Amino acid sequence: MNPLVPREDFPIFEAHPDLAFLDSAASAQKPRAVIEAMKRFYETRYANVHRGSYPLSEAATEDYEAARATLAAFLGTPDPAEVVFVRNATEGLNLLAHALGEHLLKPGDRILVTEMEHHANLVPWQQAARRHGALLRAVPFTEEGRLDLAAFDRLLAEEPKIVAFTQMSNVLGTVNPVAELAKRAKAAGAVVVVDGAQGAPHLPVNVRALGADFYVTSGHKMLGPTGASALWGRRELWEALPPFLTGGGMIERVEIEESTFAPPPERFEAGTPAFAEAVGLAAAAEYLMRVGMKKVWAHDRALVTRALAVLKEIPDLTVFGPEGEDRGGVVSFAFEGVHAHDLATFLGQKGVAVRSGHHCAQPLHKRLKVPATTRASFYLYNTEEDVDRLADALTEARKFFAGLIG
Amino acid sequence: MGLLEDLYQEVVLTRYKAPRKRGTLPNPSRISGGKNPSCGDEIELYLTLEDGVIKDVRYQGQGCAVSQASADLMAELVSGKPVEEALELAKKFKAMVVEGAPPAPELGDLVTLAGVAKLPSRVKCATLAWHALEDALKGAA
Repeated sequence: MNPLVPREDFPIFEAHPDLAFLDSAASAQKPRAVIEAMKRFYETRYANVHRGSYPLSEAATEDYEAARATLAAFLGTPDPAEVVFVRNATEGLNLLAHALGEHLLKPGDRILVTEMEHHANLVPWQQAARRHGALLRAVPFTEEGRLDLAAFDRLLAEEPKIVAFTQMSNVLGTVNPVAELAKRAKAAGAVVVVDGAQGAPHLPVNVRALGADFYVTSGHKMLGPTGASALWGRRELWEALPPFLTGGGMIERVEIEESTFAPPPERFEAGTPAFAEAVGLAAAAEYLMRVGMKKVWAHDRALVTRALAVLKEIPDLTVFGPEGEDRGGVVSFAFEGVHAHDLATFLGQKGVAVRSGHHCAQPLHKRLKVPATTRASFYLYNTEEDVDRLADALTEARKFFAGLIG
Repeated sequence: MGLLEDLYQEVVLTRYKAPRKRGTLPNPSRISGGKNPSCGDEIELYLTLEDGVIKDVRYQGQGCAVSQASADLMAELVSGKPVEEALELAKKFKAMVVEGAPPAPELGDLVTLAGVAKLPSRVKCATLAWHALEDALKGAA
């Protein structure tokens, strides 16, 4: 099987030819196109945006706004002003929790999340609930690792003001039925926030079709640099929300006692934006659009299907998450008696890069009744050989730690 | 010896599977604990002190082989020793795993954890119980 894209597109594999990199869920490797785009910007177009009247600043501003338009196209909105650049998904969710909290929440109100959320889509809502005297509720998931839809409907009957859930779990690989969940949540009167940190890199996304009110992405997980991520929201909602971070760039008029704020998206981009990084992110989005997100997903599905099949053959190994079309390229697993940390260290020494711990999902691991898991994740530069190397290394690990297992 | 064989020697795996000092104490004079939030290793220590000597140490906890074996070996090593000596041993252990200092023979079987120095991500696992020990002994020396 070939990788979906030439391995030569990714310089890291020249530097580390024997590396089976299976940790894209933590962060993706970068194509040369992204690195070159940023290098070109730094070398020929760099100046601060929005603040200068000289041609170089205008060129930089043009590039920054063009990046915004590219991300809008990637996410499926015709309106670039609906895309706000933030540092990462965590910052985006903090922004929403603060702004929506201030705008919407009264004591006694409900916020609905799920038990499979990454801490970024849990803790900010928890803290917003504390600040505003609201109650946080969480939808449980089933034995297979899918959201309990009956429980979701029951919790919707409490008429939460905000419903936030992940499109794709970073531990279970579960892809939630976002459009259906969003439809039900909106019918119940909620503002719907979708965490697309894992979803956007792997699945074709059209925010208008998904029916959510806000969609959060993670730039560095979708081949972009660290430091810039696209946060999409409906125009009417952005216009109603107060700012999160304040300072320069997001104001209209400032006096000593008070200020008025700029319209969106500027209202939500205080200070100097990560404009060089946004240029890199746009190059990443273009790279993905050239490959085609349908193909990216099909590749994910082929790899995870193989992974689930070969890992099933390894005795004593528990593999988490559902099997089926709603399962993306993330596989978490555990040998009973061997701690995830020890297993990941072993695999790492065999050139198989995976992650161990609770992957910023402690409540999820509590429900799985394991203290930690080891996680392999696939992306467009991985192949079946990478899957086989994982399986072989796990088989070796089972022998190495035989005294501990079972 | 390869890095893995270095780290996961017989002693470490045996202590992980068949610990000697796991448990609690009926009337501990000191209790302390520690947790590694990134990986979930946790340790709770129970000590009985009398006249400046550590009479016994027991621990509860969960986590990787390195963290739990280090706790088990530590508890055995410092039981029966004066507080000052235990604190000296803590310093020597940390020097070995954090800085890669040559293993001090006073550390006994703990020298088998010397390989941790080559794996920075595992240092916190090895030192977890020792930091809990130092916390427990604050003001006792």
